[in-house]
Amino acid sequence: MKMEADLKTGFKDKTNKMLGFYPEDAKISKSYIAVAFIALLVGGFLGLLQGLNRAGLLELPTWFNYYQVLTAHGLLLILVLTAFFTIGYFYAALSHNLGGLLPKVRKFAWSGFVIKLIGFVLAVIPILMNEASVMYTFYPPMAAHPVFYIGLALIVVGVWMCCIGAFIQVANWRKNHKGQHVPILSYFATGVFVLLFFALMFVAVEVLFMIIPWVFGWVETINVMVARTLFWAFGHTLVNIWYLTAVSAWYVVVPKIIGGKRWSDLLTRVVIIALVIMNITGGFHHQIIDPGINEVVKFMHVFMSLAIGFPSLMTAFALFAVFERTARRKGGKGLVGWWKKMPWGDVRFLAPFIAMVAFIPAGAGGIAQSTNQLDQVVHNTMWIVGHFHLTLGMSVVMTFFGISYWLVPYISNRVLTPQINRLGVIQTWIWTIGMIFMSGSMHYVGLLGSPRRTSYSTYGDHATALGWDPYLMLLAVGGTLLIIGVILQVYAVFNMMFFAPKGETEFPIAEEEDNATKTPYLTERWGLWIVIMLIVVAMAYVIPLTEFIVNAPPGSPPFKTW
Amino acid sequence: MKMHLDEKIWLTISFGIIMGFMLITGYQAFALEMGPPSNMETIDPQKVDEIAPFNEPGVKQIGDNEYEVVMTLQAFGFTPNNIEIPAGAKVTFILTSKDVVHGFEVAGTNINAMVMPGHIQKITQTFDKPGNYLVICNEYCGAGHQVMSTTITVK
Repeated sequence: MKMEADLKTGFKDKTNKMLGFYPEDAKISKSYIAVAFIALLVGGFLGLLQGLNRAGLLELPTWFNYYQVLTAHGLLLILVLTAFFTIGYFYAALSHNLGGLLPKVRKFAWSGFVIKLIGFVLAVIPILMNEASVMYTFYPPMAAHPVFYIGLALIVVGVWMCCIGAFIQVANWRKNHKGQHVPILSYFATGVFVLLFFALMFVAVEVLFMIIPWVFGWVETINVMVARTLFWAFGHTLVNIWYLTAVSAWYVVVPKIIGGKRWSDLLTRVVIIALVIMNITGGFHHQIIDPGINEVVKFMHVFMSLAIGFPSLMTAFALFAVFERTARRKGGKGLVGWWKKMPWGDVRFLAPFIAMVAFIPAGAGGIAQSTNQLDQVVHNTMWIVGHFHLTLGMSVVMTFFGISYWLVPYISNRVLTPQINRLGVIQTWIWTIGMIFMSGSMHYVGLLGSPRRTSYSTYGDHATALGWDPYLMLLAVGGTLLIIGVILQVYAVFNMMFFAPKGETEFPIAEEEDNATKTPYLTERWGLWIVIMLIVVAMAYVIPLTEFIVNAPPGSPPFKTW
Repeated sequence: MKMHLDEKIWLTISFGIIMGFMLITGYQAFALEMGPPSNMETIDPQKVDEIAPFNEPGVKQIGDNEYEVVMTLQAFGFTPNNIEIPAGAKVTFILTSKDVVHGFEVAGTNINAMVMPGHIQKITQTFDKPGNYLVICNEYCGAGHQVMSTTITVK
């Protein structure tokens, strides 16, 4: 009897191995994904409170005011949701692609998990006590409680651990597979972790060497422009890390779900390399209307930012070409008739598809904002909030939702039931309509001048501000729909994680076309790409940072203005 | 590597669009002098009140229907506030912050500038249309950020 059981488990282990499933590794991804969606639930409710406040419908209590809510909302959704999802997803990919995680790598992932959670708790406590209402951008000379920054530093260390774990995993595979290309999804993971590793250096320098000595009073003043510039070198890269994560599913997973083949392997890898090289320098477009940076430097940075648009335009072509090719193979006809062959009822396709479509206006808005004069019109208005709810809230997060409908069953050894699929389709449409309302009205009211990060105000009943109110009401309508979407999504995730029927779920990775040309090995030379990346970063940042430091004004002491 | 003709056309157009944005941005910034506010002067943020011109904030006429507004920003107000200027006046705002980072936005115009402690920011606008313009701080600056506003009356 026992032997039989042993045989049975042995057999099960083998099939698991063939499917590329490793229970120990799945636990890591499961924990990360669970935290990500809890963050979505809490962060989503905080978002609703803000939306209702902005529309003038809800006054928030003094012990939990608008700016506390906003700081927590940003931290939960911009740091926790995205970082935990990205790491959970890519660690699942590394495990599946590269023959299971090394025990050492699992240790890195778990230590990173614990350190990040401790860091997060430390950052949240001062926010709840109204000692850190500084937003997730924490621009000095606003100074939060020191514990807030220690928490942030620990989050950075925790993410670094996961980067290092991933590098060890990939390096080990490459050592044992000389001359082979790293499988495509792990290649995406490598790009993402390289970007994370370097981007975090900027914010680590800001927090560890500038802010912490200053809030503890070891130094009296801080260089405001240097801190701000270091923040955005990190901040915008983080944006593109989520984007690159979503793009990985668009290139690799979605073609498999619709029963098609992957786009050119070489072009896919070129897009990844281009995004890694050009990303960090994009941060400067957050400073287009700052003083202390001359117009020539700002013009150079318009180029640096717009250049990121090019690989995205390559992506746009690739994805729609894959859709058309696949649908025509299935007998789709005519200029647009082939659309009927797409699996519209499959949430694993529908959610990322709408996410991609949303990236068309989102990307166009991004290009508009990167140019100097257009940025001046919308900088720090609600337009910007609309923009990143379209990019992050739709393009990225809806892709994450789409991923969850196969990734969560995969790591939980369960299956996606037709009921949950239907729920997912409904969720996708609710989310889409909610975001169109919310992001649309944010964009428009921003053009009219309504500022971001500002609680409800009529500015002494000024006619201009009163004119914004109808749009802010639409914003609240969108926000209300979105909270329904959040609840459905979180329910679906935890249902698939703990209650769905047991069974095996495939990790969907599309194959290359049969007649695909071979990708040159040059794409594997990460050393080279990192050197080029660092040169580009140096081109972008050495001149302005030198200017800020050499011609620095006397620094600023800490302020608590809330 | 083989690339489909359609893709070549698409990528050429993409590249063209990006270059088009570059050229227009450059033309506006350097030929039409519509560049974003980028003043390079600095100041000691703790001694703003003692240093010219901020020791005397206010509206000064400097030419034929040309004005200079020297203004300090501080949580949660603008000094001077509720200013008046004649229609058609060309106004240069000279701004700095006495504490944290603030924003200077005049709704309904293209005036939008970051005002940093330690830096003097400048932005110029010609007010052709009479009216009461709402001026707001558009960078979160603390508990009273939502009340940090003033007006410019153009008549």
